[in-house]
Order: sequence, then structure tokens, then C-alpha cells
Amino acid sequence: MAKELEKVDVVTVGVGWTGGIVAAECAKEGLKVVGLERGRERGVDDYFMIHDELRYAIRYDLMQDLSKETITFRNEPKQRALPMRRLGSFLPGEGLGGAGVHWNGMTFRFLPYDFEIYSQTVDKYGKDKIKKDYTVQDWGITYDELEPYFDKFEKTCGISGEEWKYSGKRSNPYPTPPMKNTPYLNRFAEAAKELGYEPFMAPSANLSETYENPDGMTINACQYCGFCERFGCEYGAKSDPTITVIPTAQKTGNFELRPHSNVTDILHDGEKATGVKYVDVLSGEEYIQPAEVVVLTSYTMNNTRLLLHSKLGRPYDPDSGTGVIGKNYCYQIMVGVTGFYEDEQFNTFMGAGALAQAIDDLNGDNFDHSDLDFIHGGVLTCGQSGRRPIAYNPTPPGTPGWGAEFKKNSIKYYTQTISIGFQGASIPYRYNYLDLDPTYKDAYGSPLLRMTYNFTDQDRQLFKYLSEKGGEIMEAMGADTVARQEELGDYDIRPYQSTHNTGGAIMGDDPDTSAVNNYLQMWDADNVFVVGASAFAHNGGYNPTGTVGALAYRAAEGIVKYSKNGGQLV
Amino acid sequence: MSENEQEKQQKTMTRREFLRKSGYVAGGAVGGGILGGLITSQVANRPGTKRPEQAQQQGEDFNRALMFFSKQEDFQILSDAAERIFPEDDLGPGAKKLGVPYFIDHQLAGAWGHNAREYMQGPFYDGTETQGYQSHLDRREIFGQGISKIQAYSKETYDKPFTELSAEEQDEVLTAFEEGKVEMQGITSKEFFDLLRSSVIEGAYADPLYGGNANMDGWRMKKFPGNQMSYTDRIESEFEEIEPRSLRAHMQQE
Repeated sequence: MAKELEKVDVVTVGVGWTGGIVAAECAKEGLKVVGLERGRERGVDDYFMIHDELRYAIRYDLMQDLSKETITFRNEPKQRALPMRRLGSFLPGEGLGGAGVHWNGMTFRFLPYDFEIYSQTVDKYGKDKIKKDYTVQDWGITYDELEPYFDKFEKTCGISGEEWKYSGKRSNPYPTPPMKNTPYLNRFAEAAKELGYEPFMAPSANLSETYENPDGMTINACQYCGFCERFGCEYGAKSDPTITVIPTAQKTGNFELRPHSNVTDILHDGEKATGVKYVDVLSGEEYIQPAEVVVLTSYTMNNTRLLLHSKLGRPYDPDSGTGVIGKNYCYQIMVGVTGFYEDEQFNTFMGAGALAQAIDDLNGDNFDHSDLDFIHGGVLTCGQSGRRPIAYNPTPPGTPGWGAEFKKNSIKYYTQTISIGFQGASIPYRYNYLDLDPTYKDAYGSPLLRMTYNFTDQDRQLFKYLSEKGGEIMEAMGADTVARQEELGDYDIRPYQSTHNTGGAIMGDDPDTSAVNNYLQMWDADNVFVVGASAFAHNGGYNPTGTVGALAYRAAEGIVKYSKNGGQLV
Repeated sequence: MSENEQEKQQKTMTRREFLRKSGYVAGGAVGGGILGGLITSQVANRPGTKRPEQAQQQGEDFNRALMFFSKQEDFQILSDAAERIFPEDDLGPGAKKLGVPYFIDHQLAGAWGHNAREYMQGPFYDGTETQGYQSHLDRREIFGQGISKIQAYSKETYDKPFTELSAEEQDEVLTAFEEGKVEMQGITSKEFFDLLRSSVIEGAYADPLYGGNANMDGWRMKKFPGNQMSYTDRIESEFEEIEPRSLRAHMQQE
């Protein structure tokens, strides 16, 4: 029998960026907040031995333990889905701060175009531009409406950056100046300029200088040590929830963090949630935490899984195209180009997660799509994030995968390559969706989430186009050999691509086609807010965290409003 | 250590310098945690104190014994196979001298060998390649079977044990595994080979604390400087070689 605890104002399921933001903002307003985090508590002190590629980058020490929970995957609805038994394609985090601890720190705002993608595409190119079965929708909010929340998130993090031609209108400059430029990045920037593009330093949560945020939290200056992605920052120089919003929430006295608490069910009466049920993973005991407001702030996929498993909201059915929970699962189209240099060496081992030069000329609708067989595009970055020796063994095409020649080339080119890559936008498709698996269960006996996903014709056209453009730029960068993939194959769960999974509980202005309104409040349950990239109606051509952070601040404002007045906020 | 190397090492930023330049001590922006540990390890790192690499060279490396493999023969097959994948050449040591076979043995003895953090619940079905690894076998079982298959295949094909084959013949055996031509149970020989290959690379370049990358020579060959505190003063400069440091440098040394 689960033990019932005393009711609180707000309970969050997960305490990473979104849970931390909601906790901080609600607790500041005097609401009593409980944060249920299934992993352990952790902070800067835990990263004493962080410069360990094997432990953190290869063995995934900070990532989700799949022995307890994973997803199942198939490319097409007619296949049998099978468990993702090992991590590969994407890396959900585990523990306090979630994936916000091991992120790289690229902090873009989605383009004004992204939020009105359907209307703007139809206005400019006509209805036929959006092909059958692509479930493209507006987000139910505009960039201008979201701008103050972007501003707030960037100030919380102290983002280092500079404005560029295509960035949306800003109410304030970036809180700190851009990071240092390097010979490696400059090679790209010079070539891009020559070709008529407009390079800029990417907005970064690895800070160029020490910064105190409006909540009084200090983030230190980045040391360019090269251990960012898949690592926590031992310097407290990468903005993450554990050094910003979580201590801010704790400072109020209104926030209680409960680590090792794995939520298994949202409890509800069909109209409203009454609380959540969770397992204390240390004692094994079950608890019920009643709450006025339940906020889902776990990773994209778990937000969706918890809704489906708890039978809250209308599950998406791809055959009829009805229902909303599990709809518009999107990913990203990663296009990489590598240049090999015979006589030049670069400090490839130095860097920071978001240390990059970028161009935005081929993103969104920043270029004309009239004669192109796809919509949207992607940001191109040349990043120097710190190449590590186990993972990075670049060899020119034709080199064997092992033996003497492999050894010679992988050692030589470790410091003699430059890589650039697009993050191509992902456009939703009717048969790419999330539901519950009929066979496989997690450690607590709940069904796993089932992902049905493959790249679409749109993705393949976009990939081809971006790969060609990337190749041209790398040629201009003076590489002796240029390696790139021309065609996109089927989506493969094995190689790492990106932890930019989106959708499943999308936002919009119509309850028939979206799960949450523009405060991320559920249309079907007034006191449930579903926060995170799960709300993205499609995935843009940028890293998503900036937009996730903005939406979380918007949701927090909604929760405070709801707590005062109740009802639907939109 | 040569004079040249010592000079280079002095050029790399010491922790004291790091603390000073980054202003953490003066500014007092951060407390405790890793910085506390670093300050303590200053004491042990004063001139004249042995660096851990030197200490290791002088004593016997008690770490070099077996935790997983039970037969010497199996370990020798693993060692020879690893050396073919990452051979010694004029750039520097191969897998054997780097301690890679010990690294693999020790990894198999722990959580990784047991697939402890992977989803191992049934039912098990063959899927498409894109659905990834679907075997019910853990890595210990895969290595155990794989090594004995290498031996069996060598004897069948060349009438000799693997360790007595020429380098070319050993490569032919490994290639047959890589191409999925050898029959195995619960896994393809290609999957076994890929696992073997990736663990050899890991052993060559992981921090020496795991038993491979002996004396950081894997890093030295590749010009990867390992665990460095800060590149703030170098990030804008042209390429330079930096003497590597391991995580051992963070420990208060006894």
C-alpha cells in the first residue's frame, strides 16, 4: 500500500532544467514545491575525476541506466519494435540536473519562422509546399510573445554570444561577450565569408567570463579544457541547473528536493490530476504525493510515456490521424563534413562544448525554397569542443578500420582534421510517433515507450542539399581531402547522432491537434503542465535547450497564474 | 624523462598557476569541492616529489594479472589479436606494450563485462541492423566464446594455434571474423570483432588508471595531453605539443 503524504502546491516529475526553472519561479512566488528526481543528488564536487573519457563519454556514467528503463524502437509501423539495449543514437541524462549537466551549452533561440512554420510556408509558397502526411503546425505562440522568456533564460545562464543577421529581435544583448576565437574556427569563418555567408560566434553556456545571474548565482569563466559534452563541469563554468535554478529554488525555503524518487503514475480523476505515485528507489517503498498542480519535467520521452501510461490525454492514432499524445515525434538531420589536412595541425583536443563559429544562411526560411523539394534547413557549425582520443579516430576514405595503416592514419589525422556539421530541422510525419510497447517493461513493471521513426523524403532532400553546401565550404577551407556522406540512410538507433528528441505532447492553439496550450498547460487537465522539448510541434535547425528554457519560464508563469485563478489560461 | 620533456612539462600550466590565473582563489567565487582537492595535491606535487609515472616505472606493476580470463592460452590469443589491431610501429608501442590486454581483462571482470547498465530482459528476437544489439549474451560470454572460436578457426584453417600463426595469417583470421564468416552462437562474428576492436582502442587511449595506455604512451603518440586544467592561455594559439597528464595528478599522493 502506498503511503499518502501531505498535499503540496506543486510537484515536478524530474529536476533538470525544466523542473529547476519551474521550482525556482514557483517557490519565489511562495508556492510550496516538491521536486521528485529519480537519480541522485549531485553537483560540482562530483566532478573531481571528470576528465575521464572512458568513464563518462564511452561508458556513459552520467546517462540513463538502461537496465532499469529504455525505449523500444522500429523504423516502420509494420515492424516488431525491439528494445534499445545499449545507448547510442541519443543520451538521456540521469540524476539531478538531468541532461542539463552533460549538455554542450549551445543556446540558440528558435527562429521566428519556426513558431509560425505552417502559416509562413503556406503564405509564401502555397498549400502544396507541405506534402501529404507531413503534420506541420504552428506552435500557438509567436517569437515576439516568447522573447521575454528567451531573455530570462539567457540571463539565468549568462549566455556568451553576439547578434547575427538572422537572429530574432532581441530586447537585450547577450549577457556576456562571445567566447575566444581560435585558428581552427577561423579557418571556417574565413572560408564562409569568402563564399558570401555571414559567420558568427555561437551563443554559449560555457561562459567567456565570470558572471552573476539575476538570482545571485555565480557561473565561472570557461577554461577550454575540452571536457564538456557528456561531462559535468568541475569549474562551475557551464551553466547547468545544479548551479543556477535549483539552488535558487532551495534558497527560498519553499522547495523540497527528493532524489531517488521514481514517479510511476500520474493520479487523476479524469478531469484533473490529484498527485503522483512514486517509488523511493532506495527503500523500495511507494508513496503518493498529492498536489494542486502536477508538472511533468522529465525528458521528452518520459513526459509522453507517463501521460500514456497514466491514461491522461488522448493517445495519438497514426491510422486515423486523431489524438495527440505521442504525436509529432521529431529528431534532427545531422550532416557532417570532415576535412583532412596533410601539412597543418590544430589544437583539436582543446575547446569547450559550445565553442563554435556558425552560419545561419541555410537555416529556416533564410534562403529561398521555391525551387527546392523541402522546407526549412539547419544551422552550420564548426565547433571546437575537444576531440578525445578513444572516440575520435578520423581516417581518410579507404583506410582500413584496424591494423598498421589504421593506427598511422588515425594518429596523424587526430590533429589534422577539421569537422563542420549542420543540424537539419526535423519535420513531423504522420507515421513517426510514440506509443506504449505491448511487450517490454521497465524495472517497475510499466510498459516501455515505443518509438516508430524513420527519416522521410523531406529529410533526405534536405540532407542532400546541406551535404553539398557543406562540401563546398570545406573545399574553400583548403582541406586536402573532403569526406562527406551524400545520401541519408534509414534512421539507425546505434551511432550517436543527437540528444535532440522532441514532440509527443506538442503545443498549439487547437485542442484537436495539440496536447498543451502555449503555457504548456494540458487542454484535457487544467492542473497538469507538460514542460520540455515534448512541446515542440516540430524540431528546428538548432540545439533545442534555449527554446526549452524559454518555454519553461513561460510555463512557470502559467503555473503561478493558475494557482491564483484556476481554469484554462488560454 | 628527457630534459626536453621536463621542459615541456614545466610549460604546461601548474594547478597553482591555474588557480591564480583564473582568479578563483583571489576572487573567492567558488569554494570547496574540486578546488579544495587540487590545493591539497599541490603539497604532494612540489619539486622533488616523484610523479606517479616515475614511481610506477620503478616498482613492479601488480595490476598486471588476470581478473577475468582463467587460461593463460586465452589471454595470449587476446594479446596477439589486440596487437594485430593496434600494432607496434615506428610511431610507438602497440596494444601489448600499452597493456591493452590487461585493460580488456579487467573491464570484462566488472560491470561492463556483465552488461550491468544495459537492458537485458527478454524476449530476444533478431531485428534489423538499425535496431541495434539484440543478443542475450553479455560481453563476458561473447569474449569467452569469441576467443575460443579464434583458436578453433585457426586450427581448422591452418592446423596451428592462433599464437603460432604468422602476422599475415593472424590478420586473415581476424578478417574472417570481421566479415562475419565464422559461425558463432547468439552473436555474429562481426559483432564480436567490432567489440574486440573497440575495446582495443579504449585500452590504448583510456586514462592509464584502467591498466592500458601504459605510461600515457598512447596519448603521447597521438599528441593528446590528457587531463589538463586549462587551455585558456593557449586556445587562441597555433598547434603545440603538450606533455600529457593523467587523473593521478589530481590525487593526494602517498
